[in-house]
Amino acid sequence: MRGRPNLHTKYQFEMGLFPSTTKRVSLVLLGVLALLLPLSALPLFGFLGDAGWMVMINRALIYAIAALGLNLLIGVAGQISLGHAFFMAVGAYTAVVLGGESGRTVWGLGLPMWIWLPAAGVAAALVGIFIAPTAVRVRGLYLAFVTLGLVFVGQFLWRNLGVIAGGPTTGRPWPKLEFALWKGMDPIVSFATDGPLWWWLTPIDWLPWVQIEEMSRHAKTYFFVLFLVIVFGLIAKNLMRTRVGRSWAAIRDRDIAAEVMGVAEAKGKTQAFAISSFYAGLAGAILASVVGRIIPESWNLFFSIEFVVIVLIGGAGTVAGVLMGTFFVVMMPRLVEEATHWLATQVTESGPFAWLGNVIIRSSPDDYLGIVSLEAAGPGLSIFQLNVVLFGVLIIVFLIVEPLGLYGIWIKVRNYWKGWPFTY
Amino acid sequence: MGFVVVAQVVTQAPVERFLNALGSGVALGAIYAMLALGFVIIFKATQVVNFAHGGLAALGAYLVSYFATVSNIPGRWMGDISVTLQWTLSALLALAVMAFIGVVIERITIRPMIGEPLFAVAMITLGLDLVIRTTTNDLMNNTNQGLGDPWGVLVVEIGFFRIAQTQIVAIVVLLLVGLLLARFFKTRTGLALRATAFDQEVAMAQGISVGKVFAIAWGIGAALAALGGIFSSVAPRGAGVDPFTALIAFRAFPAIIIGGLDSIKGAVVGGLIVGVAEVLAGTYLGGVAWLGIGFGGVVPWLLMMVVLLVRPYGLFGTPEIRRV
Repeated sequence: MRGRPNLHTKYQFEMGLFPSTTKRVSLVLLGVLALLLPLSALPLFGFLGDAGWMVMINRALIYAIAALGLNLLIGVAGQISLGHAFFMAVGAYTAVVLGGESGRTVWGLGLPMWIWLPAAGVAAALVGIFIAPTAVRVRGLYLAFVTLGLVFVGQFLWRNLGVIAGGPTTGRPWPKLEFALWKGMDPIVSFATDGPLWWWLTPIDWLPWVQIEEMSRHAKTYFFVLFLVIVFGLIAKNLMRTRVGRSWAAIRDRDIAAEVMGVAEAKGKTQAFAISSFYAGLAGAILASVVGRIIPESWNLFFSIEFVVIVLIGGAGTVAGVLMGTFFVVMMPRLVEEATHWLATQVTESGPFAWLGNVIIRSSPDDYLGIVSLEAAGPGLSIFQLNVVLFGVLIIVFLIVEPLGLYGIWIKVRNYWKGWPFTY
Repeated sequence: MGFVVVAQVVTQAPVERFLNALGSGVALGAIYAMLALGFVIIFKATQVVNFAHGGLAALGAYLVSYFATVSNIPGRWMGDISVTLQWTLSALLALAVMAFIGVVIERITIRPMIGEPLFAVAMITLGLDLVIRTTTNDLMNNTNQGLGDPWGVLVVEIGFFRIAQTQIVAIVVLLLVGLLLARFFKTRTGLALRATAFDQEVAMAQGISVGKVFAIAWGIGAALAALGGIFSSVAPRGAGVDPFTALIAFRAFPAIIIGGLDSIKGAVVGGLIVGVAEVLAGTYLGGVAWLGIGFGGVVPWLLMMVVLLVRPYGLFGTPEIRRV
């Protein structure tokens, strides 16, 4: 079979997690890059190890966990859900009640992370199981509205349950990502404070171009979340190719036909909701813990939409696509901001792209063409508003031009070069 | 007849309290029904769930505010006319502009998506909502813009029964819209619209221009959304159009679902049910401490979930025919 890597003579080769040599090689390369990234050791891209970028990358990784879960529900099982933010909130609030400090106005048991983190996922999964029967009865777009309703009911609950969620405008502090044996004990491993991760990992002097005395908390959080993303990514990939995932796909494609063939519809949908919500709850708890303090208003519809968009832009039903989509969606605001500031400096320094800045950036009250304003208030879109608008435009353009998402683009590019110089 | 509402300190008998709540519930229901009608017409004709309805409502209300209070179009060319007529003309102009915007939206973003999964198209309208809402918020400078309507905060009082003039206007306008729509569905174009709703391919085979029908449906839908937006941003519901106006659509969605996504009758009935339920809940459960703040706002959603569990396609919706 040498020289013909795509010729599979056994079924299990084709069903392998990473069936081709190219995939295995690129996976190893990606792994090395991912390890070097937080150490500021990437050639040319060393700046990604700075605190500002690390915070964004960590956020993207946490979003990736939630998006992987939603992908199982929407992309594989075909159940439209706009309620992902609700399940994430359930996880986050379970975490804060179990792991947070109790106060005069809030509940908290102060338990260690190895209890509150899994419990966050399990609690969300239980709520998911409770919701699942609705999905058996209510179908398609109607289900989208039920899950949309969950977001609003949830927000009402969090606003009013001050003992769990804290004040409506202040929220409450979340427990840190620290691994201790029991409450009150010193943490064995802390992902939330600067310092050595383990005695053998710092200081780093075994790479010729890197000198690191101690590791930042962002880098430590990064490694922890990256580990979870890899584990849950593999679980998702594995689910898709085994009995459970194939039964979901059958329900997605033709539910009645699936039932006729012996796939239990109610069971499949319940599993899908439970597992997807587990991912969501876990991601919600980690996100809240890393951010530190979240107000009840944050678990809103826009938050839910972000995850649906990640799944659709990335490519529904694929793990690699969802990971691409997550980084794309999370990084875009930062890129837009950088680009706007770059244009502004082009204008002030009369650079080669000053004309573009003159057109886009609003310079005077009579400048009707310039739609972007550098001030937060007043006429003209602020950078935040510009991001929301671009996000909307992105959804529209992607769904019209490339319904398969980033994954579809990747497949096209790959196939082009595979057959090069022939068109097919 | 009318005077300015200051504050209602008079204690009311239970019957009076109920009837007053019912009156303003029906008026709120009329607003929901207008939004729901536009939504259902778009859904029936094009199979598109329009999440951008709230954005369109806010944009329509903003246009009225701009035409009536800022630029006085078309009143500035009309010479000496009454305030009511001037405002009505501005509002009608805004509705016409909104209908045009609806047609443009359909042409640019919805037409290329024919044949794609319904959910993908729904996501496109969600994207549209973000674009329209943010731009509208920016146009109105993120602050409250008065609509300058001639009725203001005046109320009509018949014995104990008090109802704001705008609420009466809202109910009358809903009736008018209902009558006009009923007439419209009897016309040739209306028939084409109903045929397209029934089966797009068969309609096309009969020589109906489905594309034109789509455009008309979106035009009507956007105009009706704007109408709902206008009445939700005048007294007593609000003092003008602001960034929160668009959220009215998220309170009208339960009404649409309760009535059934594809039923005109359902849109009106669902709108009225939700409006009355919301106001009654606000009146009677507002003081119940353990229910918490803002319970009236989630009543429509809870109602929707219960209705869907009993009737999965809403009260008047057509059950989807599922084939193997």
